[in-house]
Amino acid sequence: MFLSLFGAVESGMIYAIMALGVYLSFRVLDFPDLTVDGSFVTGAAVGTISIMNGVPPILAIVLAALAGFIAGCITGILHTKGKINPLLSGILMMIALYSINLRIMGQPTLSMLNETTFFIQLQDLWASTGIDTLLNNMLGAIGLDLPSTWSILIVMLIVTLLIKFLTDFYLKTEVGLALRATGDNKRMIRSFSANTDMLIITGLGISNALVALAGGLIAQYGGFADAGMGIGMIIIGLASVIIGEALFGTKSIARTTIAVIFGAIIYRIVVTLALQVGFLEAGDMKLITALLVIIALVAPKTMQAQREKKRRSRKRRELEQQQAEGA
Amino acid sequence: MLDMQNIMLTFNEDTPDEKKALQRLNLHMHEGDFVTVIGSNGAGKSTLMNVISGNLIPDAGNVLIDGKEVVHLPEYKRSAYIGRVFQDPMAGTAPSMTIEENLAMAYSRNKKRTLTFGVNKKRRELFVEYLKTLHIGLEDRLTAKVGLLSGGERQALSLLMATFTEPSILLLDEHTAALDPSRAELITNLTKEIVDKFSLTTLMVTHNMQQALDLGNRLIMMDKGQIIFEASGEDKSKLTISDLMAEFQRIRGTQFESDRAVLG
Repeated sequence: MFLSLFGAVESGMIYAIMALGVYLSFRVLDFPDLTVDGSFVTGAAVGTISIMNGVPPILAIVLAALAGFIAGCITGILHTKGKINPLLSGILMMIALYSINLRIMGQPTLSMLNETTFFIQLQDLWASTGIDTLLNNMLGAIGLDLPSTWSILIVMLIVTLLIKFLTDFYLKTEVGLALRATGDNKRMIRSFSANTDMLIITGLGISNALVALAGGLIAQYGGFADAGMGIGMIIIGLASVIIGEALFGTKSIARTTIAVIFGAIIYRIVVTLALQVGFLEAGDMKLITALLVIIALVAPKTMQAQREKKRRSRKRRELEQQQAEGA
Repeated sequence: MLDMQNIMLTFNEDTPDEKKALQRLNLHMHEGDFVTVIGSNGAGKSTLMNVISGNLIPDAGNVLIDGKEVVHLPEYKRSAYIGRVFQDPMAGTAPSMTIEENLAMAYSRNKKRTLTFGVNKKRRELFVEYLKTLHIGLEDRLTAKVGLLSGGERQALSLLMATFTEPSILLLDEHTAALDPSRAELITNLTKEIVDKFSLTTLMVTHNMQQALDLGNRLIMMDKGQIIFEASGEDKSKLTISDLMAEFQRIRGTQFESDRAVLG
């Protein structure tokens, strides 16, 4: 049990990068970008094929992000220059990427069984630090199963936080402010001489670069890339964003991005716990995801309506009481 | 400053809905001119604004700003020279962003946007100074989201954002029409103050004849896509609403049709 939760947090940290990408398109740009389903696999495919061709794992991840950036830019161009509806531009790109991904990989599934991935390199490097022994000794004392390595969890925590801080910074720069305004009030920011087309194109590029980066990492984490691994990825991203926002709030940019990261981790934990339930199978995952998103969307609204109702009936009682006293 | 030569623009040409929005319109504005534009609905006032701002491209004719041909520049490039306040108080600001972030975006209008912080200590001090000139206490609410402000406050902020970078031309598109009378008066007074302070070249469309008479040094009346009457300086300051109505009737031979124009 502890080990599967440990794994959930580990992979949640990687998926959080994807969720940050979805946050950029979905929330900041107000652009429901379905490219994600394709660009996640593009990242995995480019990363995997690069490693199989002897590219150093870290460079392979950079290439993956670059491929995602290009895919996102094309979606942006379809929308801004081709005047295609946002949803449709994303769907078109997603479908196109399915074929492109197959071409990149050459076959529907690639395995990295015999390759040295980023995480394997990491564990080798990590073994010499002795941190694992230290942490495991502490855990052993309270009688839990011991994870084989802490390296992925800790390094991914650092990487994900780094990306979060970079995103926070970017969104506060002059360019970032214009990007946010593009999602908020296009007419206004255009009247302040911002090229909204360019901002949408680069914004989607960055968003999909993060998604593909996560795809590249997930492939190396799992040791394989598969043409179908991106199906429903946009919903997982949305689930993370919506769950995070509902639980941790959206007071500021920094608060929202950390909420999105927690959202991604919580999503993984919930799915892991759900799969522990006897009658649920791996194939039910998408249904669980859809239900989660629905709950995260509906629950806060219902709760607020309840509160509002209570407040009103309290006011009414107060008024009745005052009238009774007056009479 | 602004030169519009022979502007022609027709919507839905060769269909039953054909509308000649602007017909050989010529308008020249000198530096520091404050022109008010009146006319009934459909006279072409908004089209005129949109042709200047680049929202619409004329079928023929030329638009020059500071002697530079801008007719083929896209809207976002032109807006480096043009400040705009819209009729809708929601249109000129980004609601989910803070007051200081909105000001920072306006501040970057005529500069290249870079990857440095939009709001820094120096700019914040500057913004506070500017906000104080509005006298509505926004300087104490720098980090409040603009969506929380009232319509009047948002319009005052829009006005400041459109003007404090001293654009070559300021376009005001019925910017007080959606406000209640007291807020409208506040915005009108602020407009006067700000235009004077920066001596901005200003074009203001209004449905309110009194406002058109009170503000500015020139007045033009539009009808059917043409300027049919113009007054400036001494002549303009002597004009009254009934003069304008009579003038319209004399030229067009019909009653000025919009009730809103009289009462608004």
